[in-house]
Amino acid sequence: MRRRGPAFYLQLALTLLVAAFLIVPVGMSITAGLTTNFFQGVKSGLTLKWVGEVWRLYSETIYLSMTIALACLVVNLVVGVPAAYALAKRRNWFTRLIEESLVLPIAIPGLATALALILTYGTYREFRTSWAFILVGHVLFTLPFMVRSVLAIISSIDLKTLEEGAASLGAGFWQRFWGVVLPNARPGILAGSLMVVTLSIGEFNMTWMLHTPLTKTLPVGLADSYASMRLEIGSAYTIVFLFMIVPLLIAMQLLGRPRARVAPREEDTATALAPVAVPATEIRS
Amino acid sequence: MTAHEHRIPIRLVRCAKTFDDGTRALEPLDLEIKAGETIVFLGPSGCGKTTTLRLIAGLESPDAGGRVFFGDTDVTELPIERRNVGMVFQSYALFPNMTVGENIAYGLKVRRLPHATRAERVEEMLAMMQIGQLGHRRVDQLSGGQRQRVALARALAVRPRVLLLDEPLTALDAKLRDGLRIEIDALLRRLGMTAVYVTHDQAEAMALGDRIVVMSHGRVAQVGRPRDIYFSPANRFVADFVGTMNSLRGVARDGHLEMAGSRLPWRGTATGEVEVLFRPENATIVAPGAGSLKGRVVSAFFMGDRTRVVIDGVGATRLIVETPARREFHPGEDVHLRVDADALLTLDR
Repeated sequence: MRRRGPAFYLQLALTLLVAAFLIVPVGMSITAGLTTNFFQGVKSGLTLKWVGEVWRLYSETIYLSMTIALACLVVNLVVGVPAAYALAKRRNWFTRLIEESLVLPIAIPGLATALALILTYGTYREFRTSWAFILVGHVLFTLPFMVRSVLAIISSIDLKTLEEGAASLGAGFWQRFWGVVLPNARPGILAGSLMVVTLSIGEFNMTWMLHTPLTKTLPVGLADSYASMRLEIGSAYTIVFLFMIVPLLIAMQLLGRPRARVAPREEDTATALAPVAVPATEIRS
Repeated sequence: MTAHEHRIPIRLVRCAKTFDDGTRALEPLDLEIKAGETIVFLGPSGCGKTTTLRLIAGLESPDAGGRVFFGDTDVTELPIERRNVGMVFQSYALFPNMTVGENIAYGLKVRRLPHATRAERVEEMLAMMQIGQLGHRRVDQLSGGQRQRVALARALAVRPRVLLLDEPLTALDAKLRDGLRIEIDALLRRLGMTAVYVTHDQAEAMALGDRIVVMSHGRVAQVGRPRDIYFSPANRFVADFVGTMNSLRGVARDGHLEMAGSRLPWRGTATGEVEVLFRPENATIVAPGAGSLKGRVVSAFFMGDRTRVVIDGVGATRLIVETPARREFHPGEDVHLRVDADALLTLDR
């Protein structure tokens, strides 16, 4: 047998570390949420009681998170997709500036953004106490992800020529936008959408500052339960969160996978079509 | 095909184009394209040929004062989607989100033609372009040649008044290019449509054009039939850009052109110092004594059907001569040349 080199042991160590810090804690958390008594361990029995308790105490936060995530998605689709299109169409210093400034809300700590929002709009009571206030924060935070995702896709296709082609065939602006631009930007829109929903559901930082006792989102509720409830309830809450977020993450991965498609080699059409068994006659009429 | 009914002339009046950054892409141009004519804009990149095509298409608008007419209609203010033109792009511009059939039907769908008419027209176009089997393929499953056939089918499906082709063969490899060029030529002859074709390839221009507009630096260098352009270039640029041109300088005297060490029979009228031009095929390599010029072989390229010989020692510049001779030429070897006196050109400068 071949001796294993240091590279093997280095990889093994890394794998174990990843397992120890990434996978085991998640497993522990899930187990904790399903055991009757965490301190006695799994032998105390498995139960869904805590999950039920989470539902009773925090279902409001789950609904609110979903509402905000969907509203956030709608705003992103209505604002972000056209913005990306406009940015892609006009590449100059101004659009580049806009593109860069869109990223600021990611770079600046969420708490700072939230504080700025409160300082500016906190006095509008109705607005401050409604979930729309949180929505504004989420849109600020997620918009760059949508814009960049769509921008990346439409910059990778020659959209200008595609649109010119469509226009030459008689299509007006809206026909081109719906029939050519949007369908071809679809992979970017889908990836961006999943990203937006995932980020919105998981956002804590900014939301924690923006929320009121009546507008708690799921992550805020999580923090609340960790602080004030039994460990098992907090862990069961994590399970609920994972249930919501993992399918989205998987969908995101699937969408991000490059499609394997091989274009046929450049050759004469007649030979390229030969397998179809239709005689390709010469067109010298 | 009802294309004949749609035959229209195109007229450009004082069409100039200056881009936003101040670049003058096209100097004021007046041009009349006859109904049913295939006109080729030929020139190096940046000469204004594509800009002119885009002005005709409606993808650009001319500077103030310029007008574009389709027939008697002033279309200057109409955007491309209302000009009813068919356009074929170098990069194909096929819609990747649609099948071949859907691409071809797109213009018909936009025009809200009934479904049955669309399907029928798609079949007709697929058959015409010899791609009947590809109707359900995705665009990314096609080769370059197939894509350009689809693009042609798509452009023609809407029965345009004018067909505009922007370097349609440039992205294809040489052999495919020749094949498709022959097809496009046959197609244009058959349809009898007014067609505008842009290329930087002079062989393509010669083969396809009823007339060629040679352009350089935003100006028209010459307009004429391919043979006029080739045999009587109007200026130095055209002479050099279209085909290969040899140049000799000498002093005209008594029906001869006298150069250092040799004399060339010449029937020109000019006197004094003149420059004459001739094509490689108008010189023949002959036995010693039979020719009036003598030079030395620099290099020789065997091209199968002919040999291209580069010769120096005759005039100030090297000469390029093509010969069908089977013999081999070696660098340094002395050769004698006879130049066809009728083929000698002079340019007014």
